[in-house]
Amino acid sequence: MNAVPAAEIHLGGLGFGRGAHLLVQRALAGLPPGGRLAVSGRDPALPVHLPAWCRSRGHRVEWPDPADRSELVAVVVRGTADDDRWFGAERAGPALPTALSSRPPPRWGLGARGALLEAGGPEARFDLDERDLVWADVAPKLYAQAAARQWDPESEVPWDDAFTLPADVEAAVVQVMTYLVENEQAALVVPARFVGRIHPHFREVTQLLAVQMADEARHMEVFSRRALLRGAELGTSSAGGRQSLFTLVAESDFALASFLLSVLGEGSFVDLLSFLERNAPDPVTRRICWLAMQDERRHVVFGMAHLEHQATVDPRLRDRLRAAIHRRHDALIDTAGLNADVFDALVVLAAGSWRPDDVSAGFQRVQELQHAMDQGRQRRLVRLGFRPDEAAELSALHTRNFM
Amino acid sequence: MPAPTVLMGAVAYDPKVVTIWEGFRAWLRGNGLDFDFVLYSHYERQVEDLVAGRIDAAWNSPLAWLRAERLAAASGSAVHALTMRDTDRDLTSVVVVRADSPVRQVEDLAGLVVAVGAVDSPQATLIPLGHLAAAGVPVDVRRFDVGVGLHGDHIGGERDAARALIAKEVDAACMIDANHLAFVQEGTLPPEGTRIVAQTARYDHCNMTVRDPASAGVRLFGTLLRGMSYADSQVRPLLDLEGLTAWEDSRTSGYDALARAVDASGFYAADGRVTAAGYRP
Repeated sequence: MNAVPAAEIHLGGLGFGRGAHLLVQRALAGLPPGGRLAVSGRDPALPVHLPAWCRSRGHRVEWPDPADRSELVAVVVRGTADDDRWFGAERAGPALPTALSSRPPPRWGLGARGALLEAGGPEARFDLDERDLVWADVAPKLYAQAAARQWDPESEVPWDDAFTLPADVEAAVVQVMTYLVENEQAALVVPARFVGRIHPHFREVTQLLAVQMADEARHMEVFSRRALLRGAELGTSSAGGRQSLFTLVAESDFALASFLLSVLGEGSFVDLLSFLERNAPDPVTRRICWLAMQDERRHVVFGMAHLEHQATVDPRLRDRLRAAIHRRHDALIDTAGLNADVFDALVVLAAGSWRPDDVSAGFQRVQELQHAMDQGRQRRLVRLGFRPDEAAELSALHTRNFM
Repeated sequence: MPAPTVLMGAVAYDPKVVTIWEGFRAWLRGNGLDFDFVLYSHYERQVEDLVAGRIDAAWNSPLAWLRAERLAAASGSAVHALTMRDTDRDLTSVVVVRADSPVRQVEDLAGLVVAVGAVDSPQATLIPLGHLAAAGVPVDVRRFDVGVGLHGDHIGGERDAARALIAKEVDAACMIDANHLAFVQEGTLPPEGTRIVAQTARYDHCNMTVRDPASAGVRLFGTLLRGMSYADSQVRPLLDLEGLTAWEDSRTSGYDALARAVDASGFYAADGRVTAAGYRP
C-alpha cells in the first residue's frame, strides 16, 4: 500500500457471482486511469474473484497489509483499457432524422443511428447509401401511420357473413382474386430486394418498406382466402401477366423500381381496388378490397414523395424514368398484357347479371376504370415534372396488366 | 535490406488461435517484421522444435516454458522469456468444496476425492496438487483428462471437475481463480454453492519463449508486441480473443511453484525428457 486511496467502495455481502463487478465498475468509472479504489466486502470468495476480474479488465491490484483486520480486500488501480476501447469512437450521425448524413459511411454498418460506435468492426456494404436516393422527409410519419393501421385479417374481414353468388359470378371473383394474389406477390418481392441494400442510417425507409411488405403479405392472404372461400380451385394466370410482373421484379435500380411499382403500378391498383370495392358482389370481397386500398394508397404516397425529392436534386431523373417506361414497354410489346380472363371477370362483376344491357354497362365501367387509371398516372407524372402531353404519351405506354 | 524475420510456434488449442495469429501476422508484417507462425497440436513438439532451432519463438504455456528451459540447458544452450500478457501475472488456483461440505480447512481434505483437470494442466492439476502435497494433505485424485497435450489451455477438464463436484461425485475440485469466477457467472457452479478452502500462492502463466533474444527479428518482435495498443481498433479484437489488454516484459520469477510440482510429480526429468506416467499428448 503506497498511497492513500482516492475512493472507497463497500460491497457488503455482495459477491462477483451476483453482480459485484457492476458496483466496482461504476466506482472505477469515476476515477482517472491510475486512480485508486479501495474495495471492501464480506463475500468469502471476494479475495479470489476481485483480482481475477481486475486482471481480465486491465486493472492492477494492490494487496492489503496482512495485518489489516478490516474488510478491505484490495486496492484496485484503474487501468486504461476501458478508455482505450473508446479511443476513436464516433457517433453514427444524429439520433433523430433531422440532419441526416448525405452519405453515411459503410463503417457505421448496423450500428443504431446516433449510437456511439467503437472503432473497428466490419465495413458493411449497403450500396443504397445516398440520402437523395432513398430518403423522403415523410417517411417517419408514413411509417408511424402504417404501423398504426396494421389490421388483422382474421378479425377485420366478415369471413362468416352469409352470401350466395351465382356460380359464374363466384368464378369471376375467384379469377380476379387469383390475379390480385400474383400482383401482391410481386409487390412484396420488389421492396424485399431493396430493403437489405438500404443503409440503416435511413432506417425509417427500411421500416416503412418492411411494413409495406407486411401489408402485401396480408393482401396475399386475404385474396387467397377469398378465392378459396367457396371452392377449391384458383383461376388462371396468363404468361403475359407474369411476364409483365417479372419486368418489375427484375428492375435493380431503386428509383426506377419504385417508380414502376408504386407510382405507376400501385397507383393504378388503387383505382382497381376502388372499382372492385364499389362493384363487389359480396361483403367479403368488398371489405378486403377496401382494406388493401388503404394500404396501397400509403405505398403510392411514399413512392411519390421520394421521387419528387429526387427530381429536385437530380435533373436527369426524368430522363431515366422516361427510359424505364420505354424499356418496359419494349420488353412487353410481344405479350398480351392483361389476362383476358381477368378483363372479362371485371366486366361480369361490374355487370352484375347476364342481361345484354347490364353487360354493356359493365363493359362501360371497366373502360371508365381504365380511363381513370390513365388519368391518375398522368397526374402523378405531371407532379414528377413531366409536361402534360408527355405524361399522356408515357401513361399510354404503361403495361396493360395494370400493375 | 530484407525485413527481419521471426517464425513462431503456437498450439492450436482452439480454432480462434488461427484468427488471432493471422490477425497479428498482418499487423506485424505491416510494421516491418517478416513474421509467420506454425501451429502445433500439442506443446511438447513445439518446445522440441524451438530448442532444435526449427522455430525462433514459441508461444508457450508455463509448463512448456519449464521444459524448454530444461531441454535447452541439457543441450548447452538457453531460452529466454521475451514477453507475456498482462493477464499472465499473479494468477492463483483454488480448491473448492460444496458449500454444505464438512470440509472447513485444507487439512480436512486428507483422504478425500479431489477432482483436477488434465494431467498436464499447470493451473488445475500440477500447481494445486503441489500445494496440497506441500501442506501435507494426501488426497485421492480424480483426473479429468480433456485436451491432453494442451497444458490445460482447454477449459474442458476444469469444467468437468467443477461439474463432478456439483454432482457430488467428488469432494473437492481444483481450478484457476478466473475459472471459478467464470463458472459461477455462467452457472456451472451455483453462486453460493461452493466454498474455497485453499488458494495457492500467486504464479505466472504463459510467455513468449525465444532462442536468440539478440537477433534483429526477435528484438523487433518484442518491441512490436509491447507496442500493441488496446486503443488500436485493428488489434483490439485480437487482444480480446487472446485475453489481454497489453503485452508486458516477461519475468521468470513466477514459475517456481510449477517447477516444484513438476519435480515432485516426476512430470519432466531434469534434462527435459517427458517422464510423466501415462502422458500421451
